[in-house]
Amino acid sequence: MSFITGVGLTSFGRHEGSSSLDLMSKAAELAIADADLKRSEIDGILCGYSTVAPHIMLATVFAEHFGVRPAYAHAVQVGGATGLAMTMLAHHLVEAGVARHVLVVGGENRLTGQSRDASILALAQVGHPEYEVPLGPTIPAYYGLVASRYMHEYGVTQQDLAEFAVLMRKHALTHPGAQFRDAITVADVMASKPVALPLKLLDCCPVSDGGAAFVVSRERTGEAGVRVLGCAQAHTHQHVTAAPALSELGAEISIARAKADCGVAISDVRYAGVYDSFTITLAMLLEDLGLAGRGEAAAQVRAGHFSRDGAMPLNTHGGLLSYGHCGVGGAMAHLVETHLQMTGRAGDRQVRDASIALLHGDGGVLSSHVSMFLERMR
Amino acid sequence: MSDGKPALADWTTGAEAIVYQSCAACGNLQYFRRSFCVACGAPDPAEQRASGEATVYATSLVCRAATPETRAHVPYNIVLVDTVEGFRMMAHGDNDLSIGDKVTARFAQFAGRLVPFFARTKS
Repeated sequence: MSFITGVGLTSFGRHEGSSSLDLMSKAAELAIADADLKRSEIDGILCGYSTVAPHIMLATVFAEHFGVRPAYAHAVQVGGATGLAMTMLAHHLVEAGVARHVLVVGGENRLTGQSRDASILALAQVGHPEYEVPLGPTIPAYYGLVASRYMHEYGVTQQDLAEFAVLMRKHALTHPGAQFRDAITVADVMASKPVALPLKLLDCCPVSDGGAAFVVSRERTGEAGVRVLGCAQAHTHQHVTAAPALSELGAEISIARAKADCGVAISDVRYAGVYDSFTITLAMLLEDLGLAGRGEAAAQVRAGHFSRDGAMPLNTHGGLLSYGHCGVGGAMAHLVETHLQMTGRAGDRQVRDASIALLHGDGGVLSSHVSMFLERMR
Repeated sequence: MSDGKPALADWTTGAEAIVYQSCAACGNLQYFRRSFCVACGAPDPAEQRASGEATVYATSLVCRAATPETRAHVPYNIVLVDTVEGFRMMAHGDNDLSIGDKVTARFAQFAGRLVPFFARTKS
């Protein structure tokens, strides 16, 4: 068994003068304090990557900087799925007895540490270096391609996609750490600058500075008992040119494996934290995971199903779209928020029941998927 | 690509051609060049020039580019097309292409490179 014993999250947005290590340290300190542990009790470290400060041994660099001498440490790189992939690995590490308390940490000064062009360029390199990148695609273009096809096959409209941006912004309004806290409407999304059509500026997550961390332990360290029920991955391709048909994407495979891993059904789930780099990402993943019927996710948003007081509260911190996206830490914020909801600490964002939660991360262009179920134990 | 046999030149090396590989052992087609078949592992898939005839699978009109060289071209349409030969590829295309359109390839200059560019097939 493994427990998420502590979580830490910085605000996202501009952290002028903070390095990636600073943001990782800040989040790590919060998570360790939340777990009621001391730095010296951390015997495992998993960290993500920083596009601003790439390093071949980031976990060791961080461990030295932070003042920990772990028995197990390395970095993990699965794009947007990194946070959940690290959590899955930490779960297995503590279950296998390799470590007692694994610190999982991600943080990056992606906004102030480099130009937006540099960020966009760095991320576009997930494309094929010979067959895609020379064509000048951007990450929004890769997802724009997927969006055009998804809209074509399932009759989803740009207005439908806009609903997800509006919902995430609505959720961010009451989170003091969110990067964007001005209400927006579907009309605002539709009128926002075209980026890679059908995706417009407000269909895209921002670039942010920020950090997130959690501690995964073999036993609980306090009252909070949030345990990993089951998890699984799927990796079908790297490049969008080589992606399978929409009906064969990895989210459906990883969620099927995760359900089989622990016997949980989607109908058991009370809270969802789902990767939302773009509105299309969220729409597709909700439908691939079975949290909405095919082509019906937007209607479910309009009906309030995914709202804070709805049947399936979703990304109540505002998600990548409005809380922000600082790289690896971006999707880790979904887990931090889930933990706060499951332990009744989400303040005025608190949902009625978050006893069983589903988290899902996606890296690349719907390339790498991690699905995970969490359960609150009394 | 294979030992002793030079790879056919294609647009990725500056030649006006689209090249794909087919496996003699299992018949699999692949677009990304490799020294083996990605489906069955057999070595040395044969290289062939594609006809340039295709159907549009997906499109995204890039309006925000990240370098001065690519910015000079905005908006430009990134497309995925399914070739008549049976493999999928990424390319550029006319800005008004729709999914399902029958298209034919030509080649265009983009940010200092030669790239495949698809326009609706003239019937």
